[in-house]
Order: sequence, then structure tokens, then C-alpha cells
Amino acid sequence: MAEMRLLIIEDDREAAAYLSKAFREAGHVADLAADGLDGYALAREGAYDVLVVDRMLPKLDGLSLIRSLREQGVETPVLILSALGQVDDRVKGLRAGGDDYLPKPYAFSELLARIEVLSRRRGAPAAEPTTYRVGDLELDRLSHRVTRGGQEIVLQPREFRLLEYLMRHAGQVVTRTMLLEHVWDYHFDPQTNVIDVHVSRLRAKVDKGFERPMIHTVRGAGYMVRAGGEA
Amino acid sequence: MTKPPAPREGMLARLGTLFRTTAFKLSLAYLIVFAAFAFFALGYVAWNARQVLDDQIVSTIEAEINGLSDQYAAGGIRRLVTVVERRSREPGASLYLVTTPAGEHVTGNVETLPPGLLKEPGQTETAYGRGTDGERLDHRAIVRIFTLPGGFRLLVGRDVEERDRLRAVIARAFAWSLMLVVGLGFLGGLFIAKRVLTRVDAMTDITRAIMAGDLDGRLTLAGTGDELDRLAQNLNAMLDRIGELMRGLREVSDNIAHDLKTPLTRLRNKADEALRRNGDPEMLRAALEANIEESDNLIRVFNALLMIARLEAGSARDNLADFDAGAVALEVAELYEAVAEERGVALRTAVDPGLLLHGSRELIGQAMANLIDNALKYGAGAADPVVTVEGRREGETVVLAVTDRGEGIPAADRARVLDRFVRLETARSRPGFGLGLSLVNGVARLHQGTLVLDDNGPGLRATLRLPAARAG
Repeated sequence: MAEMRLLIIEDDREAAAYLSKAFREAGHVADLAADGLDGYALAREGAYDVLVVDRMLPKLDGLSLIRSLREQGVETPVLILSALGQVDDRVKGLRAGGDDYLPKPYAFSELLARIEVLSRRRGAPAAEPTTYRVGDLELDRLSHRVTRGGQEIVLQPREFRLLEYLMRHAGQVVTRTMLLEHVWDYHFDPQTNVIDVHVSRLRAKVDKGFERPMIHTVRGAGYMVRAGGEA
Repeated sequence: MTKPPAPREGMLARLGTLFRTTAFKLSLAYLIVFAAFAFFALGYVAWNARQVLDDQIVSTIEAEINGLSDQYAAGGIRRLVTVVERRSREPGASLYLVTTPAGEHVTGNVETLPPGLLKEPGQTETAYGRGTDGERLDHRAIVRIFTLPGGFRLLVGRDVEERDRLRAVIARAFAWSLMLVVGLGFLGGLFIAKRVLTRVDAMTDITRAIMAGDLDGRLTLAGTGDELDRLAQNLNAMLDRIGELMRGLREVSDNIAHDLKTPLTRLRNKADEALRRNGDPEMLRAALEANIEESDNLIRVFNALLMIARLEAGSARDNLADFDAGAVALEVAELYEAVAEERGVALRTAVDPGLLLHGSRELIGQAMANLIDNALKYGAGAADPVVTVEGRREGETVVLAVTDRGEGIPAADRARVLDRFVRLETARSRPGFGLGLSLVNGVARLHQGTLVLDDNGPGLRATLRLPAARAG
């Protein structure tokens, strides 16, 4: 993953310090702002790839901050962090102009995966390609055909959408909750390994009989589609 | 009151509170209304009485005049003068006067009149003087004046002293009754206000004590069943409910502390063990990853707890919309289908189309996921494991049910398992924190519905009964 410039707007110093250190270790640069007004000023000036905004901030709350930024034409992707983390808050956050939403407490791997996806989306062209290609794996979004090495792979509709999402974010970690959100459109936390089973079924179809696996498990984080490498 | 005599200022302050009470203000308002009513009623009586008396006086004068005119017709002015002279001497309220055309007194018992009065014939009310002692006009009368042929003038009248006395009596009665109404009303108001104030003060004292921490305190009822008693009853019921919630909260926090200590200890011990072994990086890495997994589980528990708390507080009511609960049930069943297959459980669905609900699709999805997850977890060990997901409409109710053929839950425990962190002995060995059903129950309550656990013979049948969305 290329280096990202992040702005963390969070009033909890300890949490902010932890985040900035963790991002640095992941190879990114993170600036900090301790209140809503500072954050707003920095976000307007700086060229950031992603803003990480706490919902409850002194001086200017997170949602107002995002709304103001959007009104000013700042389109930097925003991930909202919130201790309130429930369904209705998510809706409010997204309505205010946020791009993703993560309730506290969260795992850092989850936050990192989501931020990487957000930053990639910023660089991507407006129109999604009709065909995704990763190594010898090809997915045609229009005809719903998947081939690997020219050989057709027959997938169930849900499997197709799963692979589509994984391939759209090829080279990026995709967490289980991200898959549940985008493939099934639910935001709750599946208690058991439901997603894992779906992925292993998909893997059985996509990787079986091929020397190099496409779908990789990233321990403690999620999955990644990438050509080559070990399983 | 058995209170020691308060100092003057204290008395005044107490009187001040008394005057500010609603009861007193109400009494005062009634007082004003009744006083106004009494004023108008008595005024009306007085006015009518005067009218009646005046009519009587006028008809008496009429009769006199008729008599005198007969005399005049029979014997001319001379006869008239004689009769008037005689009648003037009789005691009574009747007044007579005969004057020459120039206005000189001929005969009669009226001595003094306002100047010029005799020049205008007709009926009028006037002052007059009776005695010969000068010009004092100290009586009042209703009189009628005639001009006789030849220029003589005749005045016939009647003193109205009696009428005026009556008026004075009425006025006095009026004043007294008004004073009585005001006085009694004021005292009555004070009395009622004081009674109410005493009871409200007692209630205030008790509520203060409760606020200060004595949560077992309850308001005493007077036993009269009046509005204050009803209020006290409701306040007591409210206090009971608050006490219940507080106890629940305490229990929950105790449980949380207890149930989270176990995984935290496990987490700590794993880290400790990894450190002590001082082994290779590969082993350390594995230990750390296990720790992260364990932490993620804890995060899950906290999220579930927060969610249940919010469901119970009813604060998730925003963003509710109509959606097809049947579709949600099928989607979630499909989500778990792969897991079911892996565990060798047949997951069957029987869901009617178009089960519209008003609520949160997310939360119903979560609830169905929890139920199906449970069913797969506890139903997988059965001889012929089948889990069904059902959805149908019964009248105004959408019924969503998940069944398994596992061990089920004994009838005695079915209510208990809906509480947080309650896990039956048989479930101890399986992963979980005992929050799943609490969450489903919270979701059901948020949608004004219920979660019912039944015997599936064998196994468990968990049924969500939710009010269907109103059409249109």
C-alpha cells in the first residue's frame, strides 16, 4: 500500500497518539487535531487522503465539521469514529457526508483496512471498469462471467458479488464486516465464522486446481485478493 | 398544628406560601365569582322592590286623586279645600296642598317645596318640607300636581321615607352578606390551601429524603382516594419501577464485571505464558494473534452490551422505515446457509412473501442472525439436525420463527435466558457470552413485539411476534 497522508481529528490524546503511531508503523503519515475547529482548518488546507473524525469533539462536533467541509467543496474521504456506534448513528454520519463509519471500540486492523479502501477510492477514476483483472482471474461485471486462465468458473450470485468486491479492492485487506456490509448489506456483527465459510466456498471454486492462490487470508484482519504469493 | 410558635417572619413566610398555593388561588377565584353573583342578585332584588313600592305609591296617589276629583265635582273648590284640610290632619304618609293661582298656601300639610315646582303639572319625585320652621326640604315624596279651573293648584303625594328605609335595610343586608361571603370564602380558601399544603409538604419531605438516597422511602397515602392519593400512588409505582431498574442495572454491572473478568484473565495469562516461554518469534506471533482474537471477542461483547442498552433505552427509534421482514429472514438464512452445511445441519426456509414491518431492517437482521446462529449452535448435535426459518402473517402480526431439534430450554429457564449473561449449564462449554437472546428480546421490544421461546418437541422454537406495518 502506498503511503497515505491522514488527518486524525480526535480529542482523546491517548487514542490519537496510539492511532498516529500505529499508522506510522503501517507506513503512513498522520497529522493530529485535538478539536473540531483545528481539524476543520487543517482539513481545508492540507491535501489528505483520508480524514478520521471522532463524532464527539470539542468546539465543533464531528458531524457539523463534515457537513461544513462538504459545503466548502472538500471531498476528502471521511471515516467517522464513534462511541455511539449503532445503526441509527451510522445513518446520521453517512447523511452528514461521511464515507464510512466505525463504532468504538474497534480493532486497528479494521480501521486500517477501511481507510486503505477509502483512500484507494479517491484515486480511482469516477467510472468503475466493467472488467476486473487480477493475474489470470477475470471477472466481467456486465455478463457476470468469471474466468481463470480462460476457464469459466460458475458462481452463485452471492459468490459472484463476494468475488466482485474482493477483486475491486485487489491488493487491499478486506475485513469480514466490510464484506458483510457490501455483499449482504448488513452492518451487524456476525457472531460465528459465517463470512469465512462463504469465502472458503468461493476459494474452493476460484483457487482449486490452480497452483497459486488468489484469495489470501490476512490473519487477524480479513482477506485479500492478489496475484501470486503464498496462501 | 403542634409546631412551636414560629417567629413573626417565619409566620409571614408560611402565610406567603399559603397564598401562593393553587388551592388558595382557586378559592379566591371562586370567591370573586360568588361575590359578583351575590352583588348582582341582591342588586336585582333591591331594584325590583323599589319598583314595586313606587308602583304602589303611584296607585295610592291615583286613588286619592279620584276621591278628591269626586269631591271637587260635587262641591267645587270650597268643598275640595275642606276635604283636603280634614285629610291633612290625619296621620299617615299622604300629602296634600292647595294653592291660589299666585302660589299662596291655602291648605294642606306641605309647607315648603322647591321653588317653581307647582308651575309644572304632572308626576314627579321631589324634596319637601313638612313643618313651619322655615325652608328645610328634609323629606322626599312622589307628588302629582294639577291645575284646577280658575288657576288653583292641587298637589297630592306620598312620602317615600318607608321606601328609603327599606332600601337602607337591603343595602345593609347586602353589605353584611358580601362581607360574610368574602370572609368565609377567604377563610375557607386558607383552610383548604393549608390542608393541601400540609400534605404536599409531607410529600415533598419524603421525595427529598428519597432524592437524598433513601430509595426505599414511599409516600404515605391518606386513604381518601383523592387526586393527591392517586398522585402519591403513581409516584410510588414510579419509585418501584426505578428501584427495579436500579437493581437490574446493578445486577447487570455485577454480571458484566464477573463475565468479562474471565476472558480478560485468559487474555492476560496467554500473554504471560508467551513471555515466560521466551520462545521463538513464530510462537510469540501466534500468541499475539490469539490475543488479538480474544480482544476482538471482548470488543464484540461490549458492542452487544451497548446495543442492548440502547435498545432498552429506546434511543434507536430514529430511522425506522417499512421493509420486508420475510426478505430479511431469507437473506440472513442464506448468509448462514454455508455454515449450516458445514455443520451438517439442514437449514430449511418457509417464508411467505410481503411481510411488511415498520422498524429497523438492520436490527431485525441482527435478531434473525442471532436466532439462526443459536439454532445452528445448539441444534447441530441432534440425530437429524434440522433448523427451520419461518415467516408468516397472522392478522396484524408478522411472525418470524426459528426452530431447531437440539436440547431446547427447560420451561423454567425460558424467561431467565432473556437476561444478560445468563447461560445455562448445558451451554457453558460452547462459545458465547449469553447476550444473543437478550439482544433479540431488545429488538422485539423496540418493535413493540415479543420474543417467545417454546418447546419444539424436541428442540427450541424461538418466535418473534411483531406488529405488521400499517398499510399505506
